[in-house]
Formats: sequence, structure tokens, C-alpha cells
Amino acid sequence: MGAWYEQFFYLAIALPFVGAALSSPIGRVFGRMAALVLALFPVAGFLLIFALSEEVQGRQIMLAGFDWIPAFDVRMSFRLDGLSYAFALLILGIGALIVVYTGGYLEKSPRIRQFYAFILMFMGSMLGLVLADDLITLFIFWELTSITSFLLIGFEHEREAARRGAIQALVITGGGGLALLAGLIMIRETTGLSSLSEILDQPEAIIESGAYVPVLILLLIGAFTKSAQMPFHVWLPNAMEAPTPVSAYLHSATMVKAGIYLLMRFFPVLGGTPMWEIILPVFGGVTLVVGALLSIRQSDVKLMLAYTTVASLGLLVMMIGIGSELALEAAVLYLISHSLAKACLFMVAGSIDHGAGTRDIRALGGLWRTMPVTFAAALLGAAAMGGLPPLFGFLAKEEVYAATAEAGGLYAWFVTGAALIGNSVMFATVLIVALKPFIGQLPTGLRKAHETGILVWFGPLFLGVVGLFAGIFSQVTHQFISNPMAPPSLDEAVAITISVGFHLGAALYLSIVTIILGVLLYRRSQVVRARIATLLARIGWGPDRGFDQVMRGLISGAFRLTNFLQPGRLDYYMRVTFVVIIGALWFSLIRSDALPALPEFPRLYFYEWAVLGILVLGLVVVANAPSRLAAVVSLGIQGLAVALLFMLLGAPDLSFTQFMVEILSVAILALVMTRLRLMPADRRPFREVIPELTIAIAGGLGFALFLITVSQIELDTSVSDFFTRYSYVIAHGRNIVNVILVDFRAVDTMGEIAVVLTTGAAILALVRIRVSKKDRAGVKRKRRALEGGGL
Amino acid sequence: MRTVIFRVTAPYLTSLMFLFSLFVLLRGHNEPGGGFIGGLIAASAIAVYGMAVGVEAVRRALFFHPIAYAAFGLVLAVLAGFVSIFAGFQFMTGLWAFPAILGGDVALSTTLLFDIGVYLVIVGAICAIALSLEERYSD
Repeated sequence: MGAWYEQFFYLAIALPFVGAALSSPIGRVFGRMAALVLALFPVAGFLLIFALSEEVQGRQIMLAGFDWIPAFDVRMSFRLDGLSYAFALLILGIGALIVVYTGGYLEKSPRIRQFYAFILMFMGSMLGLVLADDLITLFIFWELTSITSFLLIGFEHEREAARRGAIQALVITGGGGLALLAGLIMIRETTGLSSLSEILDQPEAIIESGAYVPVLILLLIGAFTKSAQMPFHVWLPNAMEAPTPVSAYLHSATMVKAGIYLLMRFFPVLGGTPMWEIILPVFGGVTLVVGALLSIRQSDVKLMLAYTTVASLGLLVMMIGIGSELALEAAVLYLISHSLAKACLFMVAGSIDHGAGTRDIRALGGLWRTMPVTFAAALLGAAAMGGLPPLFGFLAKEEVYAATAEAGGLYAWFVTGAALIGNSVMFATVLIVALKPFIGQLPTGLRKAHETGILVWFGPLFLGVVGLFAGIFSQVTHQFISNPMAPPSLDEAVAITISVGFHLGAALYLSIVTIILGVLLYRRSQVVRARIATLLARIGWGPDRGFDQVMRGLISGAFRLTNFLQPGRLDYYMRVTFVVIIGALWFSLIRSDALPALPEFPRLYFYEWAVLGILVLGLVVVANAPSRLAAVVSLGIQGLAVALLFMLLGAPDLSFTQFMVEILSVAILALVMTRLRLMPADRRPFREVIPELTIAIAGGLGFALFLITVSQIELDTSVSDFFTRYSYVIAHGRNIVNVILVDFRAVDTMGEIAVVLTTGAAILALVRIRVSKKDRAGVKRKRRALEGGGL
Repeated sequence: MRTVIFRVTAPYLTSLMFLFSLFVLLRGHNEPGGGFIGGLIAASAIAVYGMAVGVEAVRRALFFHPIAYAAFGLVLAVLAGFVSIFAGFQFMTGLWAFPAILGGDVALSTTLLFDIGVYLVIVGAICAIALSLEERYSD
């Protein structure tokens, strides 16, 4: 069954996970070469996907999958078209380089094998996300990326900042994921379509379904949180607490691009409306400008790069929002270029840290003599980010300006302005990153700086060179990557043709302006940084602090709610439980007008009267028992009387069990009671008893009415008929109760005995908590305080 | 409670109760009884013994920790369900065999195995609770 390429899919998605599972043994066996061996997994996946490039260029859409939860029509299904193909290649290609880089960068970490496992798991999740076809599959992989990135960001969990960054990323992107889930379920419910393929086949379905606005908003929350749009961007810079390979991977080519992928994927079915064309460019534009301005004020190389990533993501969202043919082409080119260049630059940042021991640009300088290869990689990466010819980034930036310039009217001014400011500031930032640490005098603190090993410098240099050749041989790049990526987002196949060749026009002029502005900013970066710092100090409040405040509020709110619901007082629980039950009973009885007719006076045999008498007698004794032990024992009378009733009414099994349970519970309670100091039962004045008395009377009456009602309704005996008829035929047993327990409903019983076992273990644990004498005094004091101030 | 009479009779009483609990367990499929009630009777038997001779002696007599019996019972019950999977039926389908032993047909089934599992869980869990309570407050 299935087409020949199905195996390719499954294998490609499985490979990273297999690598993750094997990372520990491989790490043990191959030692320092483990990185190279583990990199073979993504490389193999890359080749598998690349082997399908001919089909992709022929615009063939390849599907594979199997039913997963048929009852809910959920499939585990995958789809390969141009968009997912290009993303998959980026994820696997850059992923392989990152694995190699990790081998050098974390060489000395004792937990490097664990890191391999995490990053390969993340890679697999990301791959599954871009290849997913079914909406629920998509969501599962989406959240998997959140969880695995949490593990990665918090990898150095000894540091508080790393933990905070990890939790923040998880809360923000995971929360966005829940919004996404809601959106996807709404799509399924309103249109009845459950996979991307079906949705993309009926592009009008969502817009016409009437749920367009909520679906759009929910999906945008998902995309914006994942892709770090203002004001959700805070997690991205804070995630820089992760080891550099994580930053180089998650924050350049993968995780943050998941939101972009989502927007591109849903553009044909959600895009093109006025809402889309306003919300996205506004959020994107603001993110672009603010992100760029924040990037230049930083002094930590990684943070600078992190904020330029925020800005770049803003630019991408803005482009997808504009939604014209040119804009989408620009988004595609920019995405590819940014993934390559940013991964390269992040790895360079790590290399600087590794080689020189610091990432602060104020302390860096003159490294070009000792770290020439890293310098070369940095220059290539910066040139690509800044969009200098003949690198691929240049093509991307030209297309961006071409798209904004033709957008028309006031809109064009806004988007062009945002792009111009953002690009020039980003250019200045990457210039600082690529030049400042390397040129000038070598500070005395850096005498020991040294070039890093081949594992570390290979990745960035390779990506830099790829960016260069991708620009020079642009037709090949377009054929294999950019063109397949673009069509699903566009109406009809439009080949991207832009090359480095000479072209005059608004775009080129804007490019020149960008470069001039960027260089000017670079030369005056000290002043700019100071200005932005004072501005921020004056504002004083930011989303990052806001996040903390929200979290604190959440925790204290939860604390208060818990205290309200779980004050730790048994009488409170009992009261609430009974009041709720009584409310439900009376409400339904009165509401449905089901108050029963009074039953005729029963004619009982004398022994039934006797049982009833025992019951009432026992009740009177319980209510008036002088000590607690007496109360417990006489409470047992009720149970025994009920057991007697069962016996008289022909249920020996039930009565038997009831007897035993009653005896054992009385015995155990008595056991506890005799060991405790047997305080006499509480005597309280009558007015204090009134609430409990009311509850008891209301409850007793309610239950009585309920039972009378039940007995006056004709019973549906089909179930008991079934058991009577089949218990011997099917289950070879004449005792129906037992047959039901161990045969017809054996799985239920299994669950129940599991509960019994757990309860036993839990009680054991509780009993074992021995309170020392000192603590005992404290507990008493607390109890007294509670009783004094409590009800 | 540790009177001489009680201490002397308790072991016999306990043995009888145990025997009865097994009887109740085994006949459960056709007559009143079964794993749950059988387990309760056995637990009472152990409680009686415990009252007579003390927790330490009971623990020694049981050899394993009571919770271990309960856990073993749960495993047994789950395994009883798995037998039918290997036989090609759905999980927990009852399988029956009637081999002739000593001249009479003996009904063997996975449901019996399951019931024994239930029995052990009840005995183990309740004993664990009762013993630990007794121990806790007797020092």
C-alpha cells in the first residue's frame, strides 16, 4: 500500500529520533568523533528529502500517513510539497552542521550525550511539524518543539537565568500552542476539514465558514508567540541563556521559523483579507523597528544577534502580511538567507566566546590575527545579513524593497519606512558583531585567545560560503529551494528570477541608502547605544518585567484559590461536598417537577420491622454516643442492618461483602481510636449544631425523595436481562455479581484494584510520617491558632 | 486483648478463616464469594492474628511486605488479561479449559487467575494499612 516515497517520509522523520535514542551509546563508543557519526542521521534525512526534489519541482504533492485515533478522525499523516520540502532541507542541513559544531563546542561538557539527544529530538519534532498534514499531528509536533526547546534552553539548569529563560519560552510558546490548538479545532468543527491537504484544496472554506475571525486570531497568537513578535518577543533574548548551539539552531532556522511556516502555510486560505493585511504588517513592522533598535543597544554578541532575529522575524511577518507576489517572494528569499546567515553568525558568536572567553564587544578586539577563520566566517555572515552583493542576502533585501515600494499609497510609506529603519539598524548591528571583536588592538585580557577546532569553525564557514555561492549561482538556488518554497503560497507558479546582475530601480536606491545609514550608525554606535539606554531607562517597564508580574500574579492567585478550596479542614470539605450534593438533588427534583407521589404504607414482615428498628436504634445511639469509640461501633450497626436487608432481599453476595467491609472498617477505626487518646465526643451548644442539622435533614429528605422517585419509574431491565441470560453461556459462571466483576467488566475491576493498591501505598506513606516532639508542639500551636481564628 | 485464651485460640481461628477465605475465593464464580470478599476475610484473619500476637509476629509470618502481595496481585490480574492477547483474543477475554484431574472435570480459567489477583490486592492493601496503623500507635 501507498506510494514508494512513503517510506522516505517515515524514515526521514524517524532518523533524528533514532539518532536521539542512540546518542548515548554512540557517544560512548565513538568518543570525540560521536558528533560526526550523529550528524549522519540528519544528513541521511537531508538526502532522503532531497531525493524527492524532482517531484517537488514538478509540483507534485506527496502524502503519507495512517489512521491514528480513528474514533476522532485523527490521522498521523504527512505531506511533502514545496514549502515543507524547503523547510525540511533547512532544518536537516543546518541541523547536521549544528550537531558537528556541538561536538567541538561542548566537548568538555559531561552531559554532551544528553545534549545530542535533546537537539536531535528537537530536530525530529521540527521536521514533523513542517511535514505534518493532519491538523492534530501538526499541533502535536508543534508542542513537541516547545517541550524539547524547553529542555535545550534550560540545559545548564544549574543557573537560575537558564531556568527562567526555559520556563518563559515554554510558557509563552506553549501557551500560544494552546491557542493554535483551539484554532485548529475550530477549523475542523466549522469546515469539517481535518488535514492541510483538504483545506488547501478548498481555499474558500475557512473564510466562508463564519469562524474566520476567531480562527485567524487564534492561529496568529500561535504564530506570533512562536515567532517572537512584539510583545511576545521577550522569550527569545532570554533564551540566549542556552548553550550557543541551541541559539544557533532554534533561533535562526527552526523554532522561531515555525510561526513563519504556519503563516506561509495558511496564507492561501486565510490571507488576502483586510484583517490579514493590517494585523500582520503592523505587528511585523513594530517588531522589526523595535527589535532592531534593541539589538544595537546590547553589548553581548549573542543578545545583539537575538534582537536582530526578533527584527528579522518582524520583517518576515510584515512581508507575508503584505501578501503580494513580490512580497511573498521576498519573504521566501529572506527566510532562506536569514536562516543561513543567522546560524552562521550565532556559531561565530559561540566561537568568539569559546576562543576569547567573553562575548562582550566592549572587551573584545583584534582577534583577526589569532582567529582568522572565524573572522572570515563572521564577515560572510554579516555581509549576508546586511545584504551586500553578491551574497544571497542581497537578493533577499532587494526583493523586500521592491515589494514594499510597490505596495501602494500610505501603506507603502509605512512598510518601506519600517524596512529601511530596520534593515539599516540591523546592518549596523551585524557590522559591530563582525568587525568590532576582530579589528583594532588586542586587549591585554585576550592574550590567550586562540582559533577554535575544526568542528567549531567548520559550520559557520560552510554556511557563509553557502550564502555566497547561493547568491552567485542564484538560478540554481532558485530552482532547488526558493521556487519550490514559493508556489504553495502564491496563486500560480511564478518563477523567482532575481539575480545579482545589474538592476536599477527603487530597490537598489533603497539598498544604497540602507548601507550608508548602516555605516553611519556603526560609526556612531556608542552614542546610539547610550541614547537608547536612557530612553529605555525612562520607560522603565517592559514586557520582560511584565512577564514576571503576570507569573507572580498567577502564582499568588493560584495560592489563594487553593487556600480557598483546600483549607485543610475536614469539616469544611464535608460541608461543601454535602451542600453541593444536596443542591444537585433538590435542584433536579424541583426543576424537572419529579417530586414523587407518596408511596402507600408498606406492609412489612415482622423481621423487616425488626431490622428497621435496629437501624433506628443504632442511629439514636450514634447521635448520643458519649465517646467517639461508642459512636464508631454503633455506626457499624447501620452497616450490619443494611447487610441484613441485602440478605433478606436475596442478594447474599452483597450482604456478605457488606458484612466484611463493615467489620473491617469498624475494626480498623477502633484500632486507631483505641491508640489515640479517647476524648469524649464534642458537646456543643445547640445553636452551633443547627447548620449541620439543617444539612443532614435536607440531605436525608433529598435522598429519600430521590430513591422514591427512582422506585416509581419503570426500570429498564435490558442490562440485567443480558447478564442473566449470558453469564453462564459466555462466562461459565452462575454468580452474576462475580461474573460481572471478573469477566464482563474485568477491566473496570483491574482499575479498581489498582486504586486499592495505590490507596494502600499512600496510607502507608502518610502513616510513616512521624512527627517529632518539637514539631508536634508546633502543629498543636498551629491547630490552636486555626481553631481560634477559624469557623 | 492479649488474654491467654485468645492467644491460644487465635492461630487456629486464623487458619480456619484463611481456609474459608480460599474456599470463598474459589467457589465465587457460581456461589456467593469471589476475590474481593475472600480477600476481606483473609485480611480479617490476619487482623485477628495481629491482635493476638502483635505486629512483629505477623510481619515475620507474612515474610514479604504486605504491599508486595498487593503489587503481585495486580501484576497477576494484568497478566491474566494478557494471556488472551497471546491466544489471539482481545485483552481480558476469559479463556477456559476443563482438564480431567483425579477423575473430575476441573474448570481452569484466566478469570480465576484474575480473581486470585484481586484477592491478593485486597489482602495486601488492607493488611498494610491495618498493620501500619497498629504499629504507629503502639509505640
